[in-house]
Amino acid sequence: MNNFYNEILTDHNMHPVHKHGLPCCSCSRDGVNPSCGDEITLNLLIENGVIEKGSFTGSGCAVSQASADIMLDLVIGKSTDEALKLHGLFMKMIRGEADEAELGELEEAGALADIAHMPARVKCAVLGWRTLNEMIS
Amino acid sequence: MSEHSYKADFPVFEKYPGLVYLDNSATSQKPRQVIDAVVQYYREENANPLRGLYELAVKATDTYENARIAVRDFIGAASEHEIVFTRNASESLNLIAYSWGRANIREGDEILVTISEHHSNFLPWQVLAKEKGARLKFLKCTGTGEYTPDALKKALTPRTRLFCAAQISNVFGRLNPIKTFAEICHDNGTLIVCDGAQSVPHIPVNVRELGVDFLAFSGHKMLAPMGTGVLYGREELLENMPPFLYGGEMIEYVTLCGATFAELPHKFEAGTVNAGGAAGLHAAIDYISAIGFEEIEKRENALTAKLMNGMKDMPHVHVIGSDDPAEHHGIVTFTVDDVHPHDIAAILDESGIAVRAGHHCAQPLHKFLNLQSTVRASAAFYNDENDIDKFIECLETIRKRMGYNE
Repeated sequence: MNNFYNEILTDHNMHPVHKHGLPCCSCSRDGVNPSCGDEITLNLLIENGVIEKGSFTGSGCAVSQASADIMLDLVIGKSTDEALKLHGLFMKMIRGEADEAELGELEEAGALADIAHMPARVKCAVLGWRTLNEMIS
Repeated sequence: MSEHSYKADFPVFEKYPGLVYLDNSATSQKPRQVIDAVVQYYREENANPLRGLYELAVKATDTYENARIAVRDFIGAASEHEIVFTRNASESLNLIAYSWGRANIREGDEILVTISEHHSNFLPWQVLAKEKGARLKFLKCTGTGEYTPDALKKALTPRTRLFCAAQISNVFGRLNPIKTFAEICHDNGTLIVCDGAQSVPHIPVNVRELGVDFLAFSGHKMLAPMGTGVLYGREELLENMPPFLYGGEMIEYVTLCGATFAELPHKFEAGTVNAGGAAGLHAAIDYISAIGFEEIEKRENALTAKLMNGMKDMPHVHVIGSDDPAEHHGIVTFTVDDVHPHDIAAILDESGIAVRAGHHCAQPLHKFLNLQSTVRASAAFYNDENDIDKFIECLETIRKRMGYNE
């Protein structure tokens, strides 16, 4: 049974920290998940290879919006290389292949681990991460 | 509602006693009688039907053709030649578009479809219209999903060759006055294609009474196995249509440079047929007929009324379509303020409740209603009041579950 509608997810969905515009951003990109109709625009300010600031706007299901917010919590202040590594770990978790230590590295994003059992919702969870990957890889 | 529980006939509830299955519009569960008929076919009657010259093959052919006769009687067709077995309603509708459509639609012709059609009664016509340079036009409904005869009259022109409409919408659950529509169409020289996927399992449907030219439906939504579908077409129309698929057992005579094709309905059934599925469809028709549509409708209407009554007092829940449960035929599509339909379905699933969420293969309708997606609970006669209670109980908690404090 799925257990991803936990407090971490509902809290990030109801009270997102990073859901706002970012006029000073150096790049932004749209991501769409046609199955739930989720849409996000991810904005980043990258200086000297470091994600200094980040935000997103958009609408969609709780999984997509919370996952994007949690992701920004994790990657702001990190180098793009570190962010790419986290992207890899997140994808590994979604495939159900991440071990305990790797889940630990993902911090709150680990709360979405159970989504691996719900193939129909995987696209929601990875929307932010996929968009991030397209921007920095 | 009568006390009799039909659930005992459905083995899936032995495996999952707590399952609240409210996704009947997507596909129904299967009673033991249907499963047994399929098993019996493969244990005792299996050979390649229509070809073999030995006893077992004759048995297989009889099973297959008897299923066709059962379908003929079930929908009141004049002849078994008018019953074509397909994989599902989608294939039936594609068959009409590819065969009748390609032979008859010309540049500048018009095809009229309702805005609430399932993609399977919309995309084949969109593709056909593009290929032929014809115009695809939409009949719009009211906010409660109603199509009026007047609106249809106004939308028809001398160029309208075909009107395509579901008898019961898979989103609104509303019954369209197909008989009246057929009369209006025929007065205009227009043929009518009726998608019966949501109606044939739930109400008595008689093609001659309705006066439709084509009717498509799926076996799997009416207790039968997946991969069983039916196309009904008036004999005179089918007779003049070219084959849709070419191959085995649909020919009369083949030479290196040409072929003549088999009689109806076999000219539309190329290749080895789904005789095991047909045996299951036959059993499903017998099972439904034994219960009777009077009982089925009574139970489904009572369940729909209970469902909508329970939702009425939830201020954040909005039902799509009519407020009158009698106009829903078991189908209740809804939204919950601030909660995405896919989240609603996932939370209901945590309590063992199965519903559909998304656009229900009706994207043009959702766009027309300015909705991104919706949730659909669809009941069948084998559901019981307990199912509805559990659903309502869980639905009440959804916003709280997502962090809203009311």
